[in-house]
Amino acid sequence: MALIETRRLTAFYGDFQALYGIDLRLEEGETLAIIGANGAGKSTFLKTIAGLLPATPESVIFGGRPIGGLPAPQIARLGISLVPEGRRLFPSLSVEENLLIGAHGRREGGYWSLESIYGLFPALAARRHVPSHTLSGGEQQMAAIGRALMANPRVLLCDEISLGLAPIVIRNIYAALPRIKASRASVILVEQDIVQALQVANRVYCFQEGRMSLAGRPAELTRDQIHSAYFGA
Amino acid sequence: MIGWLNTLLQGVMLGGLYALFAAGLSLMFGIMRLVNLAHGDFIVLAAFMVLAIMSAFGFGPFLATLIAAPILFSLGYALQHYLLNRTLGRDILPPLLVTFGLSIIIQNGLLEVFSADSHRLRAGAIETSSIALGTDIAVGTMQLLTFASAIGVILALNLIFYRTELGRAFRATSDDPEIAQLMGIDNRHIFSLATAIAMVVITVSALYLGMRANFDPTIGPARLLYAFEAVIIGGLGSLWGTLAGGIIIGVAQAVGGKIEPEWQILAGHLAFLAVLVLRPRGLFPRAGQ
Repeated sequence: MALIETRRLTAFYGDFQALYGIDLRLEEGETLAIIGANGAGKSTFLKTIAGLLPATPESVIFGGRPIGGLPAPQIARLGISLVPEGRRLFPSLSVEENLLIGAHGRREGGYWSLESIYGLFPALAARRHVPSHTLSGGEQQMAAIGRALMANPRVLLCDEISLGLAPIVIRNIYAALPRIKASRASVILVEQDIVQALQVANRVYCFQEGRMSLAGRPAELTRDQIHSAYFGA
Repeated sequence: MIGWLNTLLQGVMLGGLYALFAAGLSLMFGIMRLVNLAHGDFIVLAAFMVLAIMSAFGFGPFLATLIAAPILFSLGYALQHYLLNRTLGRDILPPLLVTFGLSIIIQNGLLEVFSADSHRLRAGAIETSSIALGTDIAVGTMQLLTFASAIGVILALNLIFYRTELGRAFRATSDDPEIAQLMGIDNRHIFSLATAIAMVVITVSALYLGMRANFDPTIGPARLLYAFEAVIIGGLGSLWGTLAGGIIIGVAQAVGGKIEPEWQILAGHLAFLAVLVLRPRGLFPRAGQ
């Protein structure tokens, strides 16, 4: 049984349809990457799973249970954490408070604590008491990932975590992925950085204008296939 | 000279009362950007509730307030849960319209039940006693108690905000309600708790409103005006700023009244206008906004 499965998932912003029936499976322990151009519907897909956009119950199945359209706080408490695009830390909270608020509806008995987050991202430990808006972009991204991990998620949804960061910072952040997986979280990454996505993902899905245009294991996909799935032939 | 010092002191003490009026308003606006136009009427409603408890059980005003507070806490939770949460959204107009309607309903409801007579919460000897500060200057016990309560309320709210898990959730929800939901925080519950706590602050303000002067069902909107001015002078969302705002209005009124008794109210409003011109975002605006 898949950990998360979407069935003919659609999403709308008012009259505008952003997703046209996405079927996707995330198996336990897997890392999936969703790639695609701007406006392909990748972020919309993650937001719909997280409960920020409406969905029909049967269109999102989590651990065998229909969860589509549940309120976002309830979905979070089930063990699905979203690292939102653009980090979106709480500006009036310190770094540590941002991490603590991530534990608000956490599943107990998991791996993550303040100590283990600081162990994962030592850069945050030194800056734990400063207001979160004074952090560098990379540190903010680490704090946003840490905040999501504090819930001890079974599924971590990461939206564009490399956006606007220097290559060395991106490498540092991706270096944390093995330990995140060791904490028994499965991961869905939304990325525009295809090289990065192909390196870490077990399977890759490509979205194009709200539809899935390609799916497969990185090793089995050719450059041309990805190119045409990404940009449209 | 000593006369001016006395005026200043009275003004600061009066500012405590305005800060109490404003703290509840500031709390609700700070957390959910909800402007409660019925705030003043809720203060009057709470004063009548304290009055009713006093006359029904023969209690003093302080004990009656202690009993009224949990009732108003529950009322606040229910009000937010069943009514005001439905008005919150992108559009800022619905909460204004609904609380404006509430204001009219409360005023007329109170008129129906308690008539237009003015009332007072009788507190006994404490009303007229005073404490001497030096030889020529004294401050009323009631005035001092009001001011101390304002400080106490703001300290308590700050403790909740910055030292508790609930306060963290308040601040996170205020910063970014969408992302707060992703943390498993139920915004509607948080908002209802905020209004419930604001209602307790309202009960405390009602106690001092009723003990210091006469009140009747129609005086709510004027209290709202002072509360608004204090909140805006202080900077939206800053509780200590709200205290400063209250004090500025109180001192301006006291000084205005000393120069010419007719200028008392006007001077408070002029001080407010002056701050708006010089510091449009208030004295202590929140960072990052």
